[in-house]
Amino acid sequence: MARKEQRAAYLFLSPWLIGLVAFWLIPIIGSLLLSFSEWNIIGDPEWVGLDNYRDMIDDRTFWVSIRVTLKYLLLSVPLYIGAGLLLSLVLNLKIRGINVFRTILFLPAVLSGVAVAVLWVALLNPDVGALNELLRSLGIDDPPRWLDSPTWAVPSVVLVGMWGIGGGAIIYLAGLQNISAQLYEAALLDGAGPWQRFRYVTLPMITPTLLFVLLTSLIEAFQVFDIAYVLSRGGTQGIGDSLQFYLINLWNEAFVNGEYGYASALAWVLVLAAAAVILVIFRTSGRWVYYEYDPERER
Amino acid sequence: MKTLEKTPTTGAPPREIPQRSAARYRVRRIAYKVVMYAILLGLTAIILLPVSWALTAALKPDLAPVFTPTPEWFPTEYWEWGNFRLVLTEVMPFLRYMINTMIIVTASILGVLISCSLVGFAFGRLRFRGSKVLFYVLIVTMLIPWQALIVPQFLLFVELGWYGTYLPLIVPSFTGVAFFIFLIRQYMRTIPRDLDDAARVDGLNTWQIFWRIILPLSTPVLTVCAVFTFLWRWNDLLGPLIYLDDGSKFTVALGLANLVTRADTPWNLTMAANLVTVIPTVLVYFFVQKKLIGGIASVGLKG
Repeated sequence: MARKEQRAAYLFLSPWLIGLVAFWLIPIIGSLLLSFSEWNIIGDPEWVGLDNYRDMIDDRTFWVSIRVTLKYLLLSVPLYIGAGLLLSLVLNLKIRGINVFRTILFLPAVLSGVAVAVLWVALLNPDVGALNELLRSLGIDDPPRWLDSPTWAVPSVVLVGMWGIGGGAIIYLAGLQNISAQLYEAALLDGAGPWQRFRYVTLPMITPTLLFVLLTSLIEAFQVFDIAYVLSRGGTQGIGDSLQFYLINLWNEAFVNGEYGYASALAWVLVLAAAAVILVIFRTSGRWVYYEYDPERER
Repeated sequence: MKTLEKTPTTGAPPREIPQRSAARYRVRRIAYKVVMYAILLGLTAIILLPVSWALTAALKPDLAPVFTPTPEWFPTEYWEWGNFRLVLTEVMPFLRYMINTMIIVTASILGVLISCSLVGFAFGRLRFRGSKVLFYVLIVTMLIPWQALIVPQFLLFVELGWYGTYLPLIVPSFTGVAFFIFLIRQYMRTIPRDLDDAARVDGLNTWQIFWRIILPLSTPVLTVCAVFTFLWRWNDLLGPLIYLDDGSKFTVALGLANLVTRADTPWNLTMAANLVTVIPTVLVYFFVQKKLIGGIASVGLKG
């Protein structure tokens, strides 16, 4: 019986096992080997040892991409986490019509990065865009030049992302709705005000959600592509390298310059950076994440 | 989700109040509601006004300026509905792009549903040697950014002669997507074991248990996976950008991105194309909203 089940299990697993080898294991080994080689698809790859990694030190664009990505990460992660949480608190209100508001505010989350970016390229046009016209009519004579400005380009991407914050709020909302009503009742009986209920009930109870959102938003910050590609108009226009995100740079090196070895090395740096972040967060999460034993989950 | 509706809201006024302050309490409750509705309406405006601006722009004829000194948030003057026909078939081939994307989406959903339900079933309900190790491998593949693999995968697909076809965008779905396998496993684990035992007593084999019992019970999670696959494939830019070189095979994301990356973007038609291409995602969103949100609820939280 057990033998039979074992054989069945591997049959069921077989599609994934095939994919694991073909689309994951082989590429990852290939990528590692390539990162130590120089190759432009013609001829044989040439082993160059650590050269690709050493080249990064002198590669200005690489450092620009690191700076842009970090700037985005430091701006966006706290903002998205905070704003998403605030929004979810508002959307968790039990007032009439809340479902309509939820539907509308979640909407941008399903729109593609490209569609959203195309819309905002127009709205953020520094000379004739709606946002700056609005700011001027409010008396701000010298509004930011948004995507055309080296200072404002990254904040512009963050701003566009804020528009789609509803996606993050869905996850918080789910977390909020999983909090047992009894906890709030107990807090009320103890005379806790709204702030105290948030601080001592809501906040600790959604720390697992916060951990999840923190992890995903950090990893996503490393992977900004679609929006930056459209907002920088394929990297071709105006603003130089102020939107040279890490992945844009990687894509450029691989698919524009044909530097497959160097791009693979860049990919490995990305993997190591993501792994380091995940590790650090998991190591420190024990201190602030609260897990409640919930027998219902064991169903 | 029904039972949770009773959860008192953070920030809501307390229920038990001394008699004498009842009037003040009522005033405060009304003020509180007014403020909350004001916030909600403000947020709604922030979401809807840009969309409405896009519609206004999309309805303008070629000669009318899309950008006006006072932003036009609502269509009033121009109603050039023909622009939508132009972007779909005549000036721009967005109908073609939509059909192309639909082909990729449909095939990917099929692949995801077949492979991930099979694999999720094995992980969630079968006992086999190596299950722990393989599950760890699954988690690792989920955490490593997939972009790290785009270069070698690209070279692999070029080697296979798949460059310029939809195969690189479709075939990997048939070997499973780690995140969906994980979701399905989590879901299938919550189905009572007794069902399997009873079925085995009745003489059903593993395949029949999967096909006749577990799979029909798993439709909610399968719906979530299908919808996510739809959104992910419909919206994907990087994949088509890397693998497609022939304009007649472009997807909507790629077609749209190309419109903006050229110098002389026709903004009225671009906004029309933009609106047309988001209609399918918005429709799907409206139809499965509840399930989707419930599905996301189960993602990070059951563990």
